[in-house]
Amino acid sequence: MLIKKPGDIRSSEITDRKVYLSRRNFMRGAALAASAAATGLVYRRLLAPEVEVANPTARVAPGSQSAPKNWGLPGEEATSYQQVTTYNNFYEFGTDKYSPARRAQVMVTRPWTVAVDGLVNRPKVFDVDELTRLFTPEDRIYRFRCVEGWSMVIPWLGFPLGELLKLAEPRGNAKYVAFETANDPKRNIPELSEYQSGLEWPYVEGLRLDEALHPLATLAVGIYGEPLLPQNGAPVRLVVPWKYGFKSIKSVVRVTLVERMPPTSWNLANSEEYGFFSNVNPEVPHPRWSQATEQRIGEWGRRPTPAFNGYADEVAGLYDGMDLKYYF
Amino acid sequence: MKDIKFYKLLVFVNALVPLVLLGWDWRGGRLGANPLDFLTRTTGTLTLVFLVLTLAVTPLRKLTGANWLVRLRRMLGLYAFFYGALHLLCYVWFDKAFGLGAIAEDVARRRFILVGVLALTSMVPLAVTSTDKMIRRLGGKRWQKLHRLAYLSAVAGVVHYYLLVKSDTRKPLAFAAVVALLLGYRAYVAYAKGSAPLSLKTQPPPR
Repeated sequence: MLIKKPGDIRSSEITDRKVYLSRRNFMRGAALAASAAATGLVYRRLLAPEVEVANPTARVAPGSQSAPKNWGLPGEEATSYQQVTTYNNFYEFGTDKYSPARRAQVMVTRPWTVAVDGLVNRPKVFDVDELTRLFTPEDRIYRFRCVEGWSMVIPWLGFPLGELLKLAEPRGNAKYVAFETANDPKRNIPELSEYQSGLEWPYVEGLRLDEALHPLATLAVGIYGEPLLPQNGAPVRLVVPWKYGFKSIKSVVRVTLVERMPPTSWNLANSEEYGFFSNVNPEVPHPRWSQATEQRIGEWGRRPTPAFNGYADEVAGLYDGMDLKYYF
Repeated sequence: MKDIKFYKLLVFVNALVPLVLLGWDWRGGRLGANPLDFLTRTTGTLTLVFLVLTLAVTPLRKLTGANWLVRLRRMLGLYAFFYGALHLLCYVWFDKAFGLGAIAEDVARRRFILVGVLALTSMVPLAVTSTDKMIRRLGGKRWQKLHRLAYLSAVAGVVHYYLLVKSDTRKPLAFAAVVALLLGYRAYVAYAKGSAPLSLKTQPPPR
């Protein structure tokens, strides 16, 4: 067996042990840094909320910076414009809170009409801009309580739903009001499949007629003095501040007066968990979580939830004699 | 694999990355409009991710023959427990403000909380017996048997996730599918080898 002489490699060409080790350490350091960066990217991609919202249609609301901190609720500050416009439930655009702000910008909100029909003497299709001419929008600062246990204080711009209904003249046999969200494909509403969202489209909601005629029931067209952004239900949405947020249907195209209790989307999806009335009630827990407290967005920790979301003086009379644990 | 120390370091650093980014984003106010909810959900997801990674070690090792992988398993498991403990802290702190009565009521009344508590508490004996000393003390076979509690923890963790989502079950179902695959592999190997569970025959406890 021939063994090559060591003389083949000159000693000057042998890598110094120190250099070899430092090179190895360098490679290891590089591997560590590269893998950590990759892990960070995967984490950001999969888990971090995307709060940087590119809002082509958004004008920064002048009110959000110059407005007084308190828009009217004693001791409760309005939730910031940034938070109100990035933390939304709008299941057509995705089931996590940050998707609507990212994905709803493509929604076509003009021209837009709202049909008022059903059991009325004067059915009519209104252009949304006609609505704001007929009924002057005013600042209405309300608590907003989501059934999931978080809440906001939102300075809406809107007018009483009752004014629109009275204009249409409900007939004597009209007992309920049914609402419907747009689902016209031309409006670029992606609409997750029922498998993805758990809901069927169009999104529908309903109120009893006396609830709908209550002065707190609002049709909102703006937030912080600015037109509604798509993720908040542009161009016109319902706001029922004493009920859980999902009752406040977004991007409304149809308001129909009916005789019988109309179907509502979350109730259809899970009738054990979401009732027709869904008044904010700390006494009646959601089957899977307590409703006694809420996470006010922007605050640390939870605060107690008041009955009817703090509007008991105004609306409790609507439910005299009703067992609100049964009619949850 | 001689370089096991370096691979351990690699796992240690990478597993810490989400925590560092969470803290960094928290300080910078980049956790979205509801940071407390985000912290709770993210630590929960990370717990499941590390449980899955821990359970993936044995199938990977058997399929590739890379036996040194088993020496990374303890650290992955301890990270699952670590993120699980943070998840519990988020709940106890942010949701319940350390109110023991409210926590007890939650555990008693809400199935998904109960299942979550089960998932986490079944990891406690595993973390406690994870040291070399404890492995020696218990003996390999008994240690192996005890550490099958990890299966229960993973299943309970996935069920906990499934029970708490409102209506979009895609993510919990994805985790369920992965856990089912990893446990199914073990069941298949055990079945193929005969009655004795595979791990007793083929898998010496790591030293």
